Amino acid sequence: MRSRLPTVPLRSRISSSAIAPSEITNEQWVLNRREFAKATGIALLAGALPSASQAALQPDDEVTPEGIVTQYNNFYEFGMDKSDPAENAHTLTTEPWTVEVAGEAARIGKFSIEDVLKGLTIEERIYRFRCVEAWSMVVPWQGVSLRKVLERFEPTGNAKFVEFTTLKRPREMPGQRASFSSIDWPYVEGLRMDEAMHPLSIMVTGLFGKPLPKQNGAPWRLMVPWKYGFKSGKSIVRIRFMEKPPRTTWNLLAPNEYGFYANVNPAVAHPRWSQASERRLPSSLLSPNRRPTLPFNGYAAEVADLYSGMDLRRYF
Amino acid sequence: MILSWWMALVLFAAPGLWALTAIVVDSVNPGQMLGADAGETLVRHFGEWGLRMLLVTLSLSSLRRRAGFAGAVRLRRLAGLTAFTYLTLHGLSYLWFLAGFEWSQVQEDLIERTYITVGFAAWLILAVLAVTSTRGWQRRLRQRWQTLHTLIYLAIPLGVLHLLWLTKAGYAEALVYGAVFAILMLERLVARRSRRPAS
Repeated sequence: MRSRLPTVPLRSRISSSAIAPSEITNEQWVLNRREFAKATGIALLAGALPSASQAALQPDDEVTPEGIVTQYNNFYEFGMDKSDPAENAHTLTTEPWTVEVAGEAARIGKFSIEDVLKGLTIEERIYRFRCVEAWSMVVPWQGVSLRKVLERFEPTGNAKFVEFTTLKRPREMPGQRASFSSIDWPYVEGLRMDEAMHPLSIMVTGLFGKPLPKQNGAPWRLMVPWKYGFKSGKSIVRIRFMEKPPRTTWNLLAPNEYGFYANVNPAVAHPRWSQASERRLPSSLLSPNRRPTLPFNGYAAEVADLYSGMDLRRYF
Repeated sequence: MILSWWMALVLFAAPGLWALTAIVVDSVNPGQMLGADAGETLVRHFGEWGLRMLLVTLSLSSLRRRAGFAGAVRLRRLAGLTAFTYLTLHGLSYLWFLAGFEWSQVQEDLIERTYITVGFAAWLILAVLAVTSTRGWQRRLRQRWQTLHTLIYLAIPLGVLHLLWLTKAGYAEALVYGAVFAILMLERLVARRSRRPAS
């Protein structure tokens, strides 16, 4: 049987690398994860992971230090600079948290996040995270299978797409009060139903063994590792099952730049960034850590089938 | 007068000294000053200060006219050359840290990313202005020197456009630079009108 995590081989890789263990705070978060699991009463069951997420980790994928994952964020609701979310997100109230479920499903209405998550297994997934801005990280998320979450609402046969809406609460989110922002809040993202139901897609509730920090999208956020980061919405308050593709924020803003699919694809350049390579953070001056970007962010073996027969240059 | 020139030099060089400090500090302790994406931070830093110094260069003539600060004009060349230095470092940091000296990528960027094309065009203009900024070239070109150096009025809007086009969302910053440029141009227009003899 597989261990629940790739942490063991990963840790041994890290300790043999150039990064000092102290920078990774590995032991600490492993400990914290256990404490978190105990505190929340959720058993981290072994064998719950599909092998896909483990197989896809590359030998040179090292977990990005926690300080970077939690302080270098794009969460425009809290400001445009990478450091803004960590500075401003403390104003966000995440309790109580309700999610509104709408559209093509049998169980629609308002649910508390606790009720939605009740009985679901929290798993750990270490995923590569690739931003459309050509930087990337390796992040140890904890979360639940998105499929299991969505199945709770019993989507009907008409549900071909699913839309995810981020909280709009200007009094707690300074970025939503800013003038000259071209984003029409709230932030909306969406997936095709088969993408959402894929075993790699998760709803994240934790990071480095701790509850998900607010700047990373507390209390829960999406993580679809083969797509550019902007597809994985944070602080989700609404899930809508739809027959037609949802109108997503970045796609509305600049359709020639941000496609609905937004699968990581080195062959399709963004008008502002070549997507052929990426900077794996931390990227310092002496070791910029540039590396080639992989199709589907390295998860092609798992997800390429979803797009067979599609022209990915057209449906970027 | 000499004193104010040296004071200006120290002031203008401050963003460069910050970058130098950051490079040294980060080489010992990665990420401390330049953050997780050091190359990107440095590229932005030099780009922003280059544009700001261009606007400072432009504002010096206005300062003389409006505040009667005669020494301001003597600082124009220093300010302009500082701007050019920062923008050259901006380009070099891009080549080194973002493009990794991969010429195929640089070529693709220059052709396909309009904001890079525009930014490079602005830098080329400024390179010509920097080379011809000496007294020798001033003498050689005579009246044509003035005409040539009005190209700064083209380089600055190109720089603002470069910033505007690379911005994903939130145009406040580019708009502020654009507004400052517009005010300085307006001031010149007004100054020109008041100089014209009444008919």
